[in-house]
Amino acid sequence: MSLKDAEMKYNREDEEDDDGDGRGVEAWERDYADERSWESLQEDESGLLRPIDNKTLYHAQYRRRLRTTTAARIQKGLIRYLYIVIDLSRAAGETDYKPSRMVVVARQVEAFIREFFDQNPLSQVALVTLKDGVANSLTGLGGSPESHIKALMGKLTSSGDASLQNGLDLVQSLLNQIPSYGHREVLILYSALSTCDPGEIMETIQKCKASKIRCSVIGLSAELYICKYLCQETGGSYYVALDEFHLKELIFEHAPPPPAIAEFAVANLIKMGFPQRAAEGVISICSCHKEAKVGGGYTCPRCKARVCELPTECQICGLTLVSSPHLARSYHHLFPITPFDDVTPSATNNPSKLPKICFGCQLSLLNPGNMPAPCVSCPKCEQFFCLDCDIYIHESLHNCPGCESFRHSKSVVA
Amino acid sequence: MTPVSSKLYADDVSLLMVLIDTNPFFWNSAQSTLPFSKFLTHVLAFLNSILLLNQMNQVVVIAAGYNSCGYIFDSSDPQNQNKRAEDLLHKLEEFVDNDQELCREESVDGPGFSLLSGSLSMALCYIQRVFRTVPLHPQPRILCLHGSPDGPGQYVAIMNSIFSAQRSMVPIDSCVLGAQHSAFLQQASYITGGVYLKPQIFDGLFQYLSTVFATDLHSRCFLQLPKPAGVDFRASCFCHKNTIDMGYICSVCLSIFCKHQKKCSTCGSVFGQAQTQNSSTTPDRKMKMPVDG
Ligand SMILES: [Zn+2]
Ligand SMILES: [Zn+2]
Ligand SMILES: [Zn+2]
Ligand SMILES: [Zn+2]
Ligand SMILES: [Zn+2]
Repeated sequence: MSLKDAEMKYNREDEEDDDGDGRGVEAWERDYADERSWESLQEDESGLLRPIDNKTLYHAQYRRRLRTTTAARIQKGLIRYLYIVIDLSRAAGETDYKPSRMVVVARQVEAFIREFFDQNPLSQVALVTLKDGVANSLTGLGGSPESHIKALMGKLTSSGDASLQNGLDLVQSLLNQIPSYGHREVLILYSALSTCDPGEIMETIQKCKASKIRCSVIGLSAELYICKYLCQETGGSYYVALDEFHLKELIFEHAPPPPAIAEFAVANLIKMGFPQRAAEGVISICSCHKEAKVGGGYTCPRCKARVCELPTECQICGLTLVSSPHLARSYHHLFPITPFDDVTPSATNNPSKLPKICFGCQLSLLNPGNMPAPCVSCPKCEQFFCLDCDIYIHESLHNCPGCESFRHSKSVVA
Repeated sequence: MTPVSSKLYADDVSLLMVLIDTNPFFWNSAQSTLPFSKFLTHVLAFLNSILLLNQMNQVVVIAAGYNSCGYIFDSSDPQNQNKRAEDLLHKLEEFVDNDQELCREESVDGPGFSLLSGSLSMALCYIQRVFRTVPLHPQPRILCLHGSPDGPGQYVAIMNSIFSAQRSMVPIDSCVLGAQHSAFLQQASYITGGVYLKPQIFDGLFQYLSTVFATDLHSRCFLQLPKPAGVDFRASCFCHKNTIDMGYICSVCLSIFCKHQKKCSTCGSVFGQAQTQNSSTTPDRKMKMPVDG
């Protein structure tokens, strides 16, 4: 959510620039003429183009908020194993995206990986690159966004041809080893207009289908029949991005679990441990690298072995180890707070009942001249909040300060 | 946004949100070796020293009581310019009386817990308002002066607050005055990059506060502040609100249970066979493969 906000703010600033600073400069001098800034204009309900003002921003957020609260109880804890296959063939060096396709793809993949782990805390991601006709495993399956992003950013060069078959073969062999409760997915970001394969790709596609791997492709150039066929056969989605913004949208569509796999997912109860983090400066031998390490590290609650990173599986006793804050990141979906009600000054006849300050931030809810400013109230605790707190509470905090501040309403949790 | 004001709001100007635990059951229990009045003298001296360190510094005090939470003091309020200590103590007394009136239980087992989640949520709302209203604002941080044991029922709310603070890059410092460590505050400080401290000798509380928590965020980079002595990542189960280090997770909604269940009480999914650990370990280990590079 915060990402989207930031982006909207960014767009807004862009437009303000257009009216203000941009005026004195020749059009051809302006950097963003290249970046097609006119495409970032927003359309309103009646189809008119207009700069976004605060009010529409507020309403857009409000609508989005209502949507998320109603759809809150859909499956958030699916355990997905996603391979992101990035085409780094010659075609990825093309500059129709600025500065180049691969840089844009890498940037979007970085944002996507963070969002993915936010939405799928138990899932794992791995990166595969296609280059010089071969497929390389850049990172193994893991739950730490930083290590993937670091590996990707260090490998950004393009050369040779892309081989879809080699990529699929590699991913298929790796995905065959994951536990049965995991969902297998591949997301291919394909720049090339051809695939240079060593054998019959149709057989590989059938193998992927048999292994229940859902393959999706996002193209950067034009539609390819083989990609479309692959996605159709394996139940994935195929789209071709029009520009960077569209590419981002397409990639981010893969962050929430796809409804198709959510349907036939079998619910499971998985035993997990929440290891304690060891004190800084303590020396111990970790079970994953078999090395003595200073500080950090986590202790398996069952066998007390030391591991370096979470989430992982204990090397000694096999218990799945997760960090509990990792799980807790999604709990606001389980216990969404009810939308606040608008308070219209005319509705309450009794002027003494009208709120004076916002319960959350202590802001005065009276406009100059003692006129009541617009505000909202929580239906549960009946405290009043200003509009800004309303947005913050629903979009980021996910707690009602009023409900949390009174013991009698403790039943809201659980 | 004149150049003058940008100079005034240098990176060492702080907005300190202090959350004071006023749970009477804790302060009267055997767990607290420090009387509440003594505690307040230390805290008042500390708050004064913060305001003296930089004339632009701002202090806001929120009380986390047993039945309610409330704003006690705001140094930016023009009414609070003189007689700071008196105003603060007066408001605090009022708050504690109100809090007591709300109390319906005659006595509680043990010290009970205070409403940490409510006071954290209020502090975060206040910080957002400061972010919104002034383009150049002091650097906010939250200091929890907490003694009561963790209330496992607040687990979700506190975690939500922690993540929101982390997103807005607001560190949560904690000074734990109770007998045991607080798993909530350990996680809060660890995740938000704040300092967690459990003083050994309460007579020297002011010294702890002034040496560890008085420095602004910028100067902290140059100091050797206490390192966490481990972080307790245990979670609360949704079924009994027990604190557990091992449990069962619903694969649909990630709810945590302390015992095996047939059906998830949060999302209603009916579970198939419980995942026995051994079935998944052997193939998993093969996944470690040479990473290209
Ligand atoms: Zn173990
Ligand atoms: Zn407010
Ligand atoms: Zn409420
Ligand atoms: Zn339980
Ligand atoms: Zn569930």
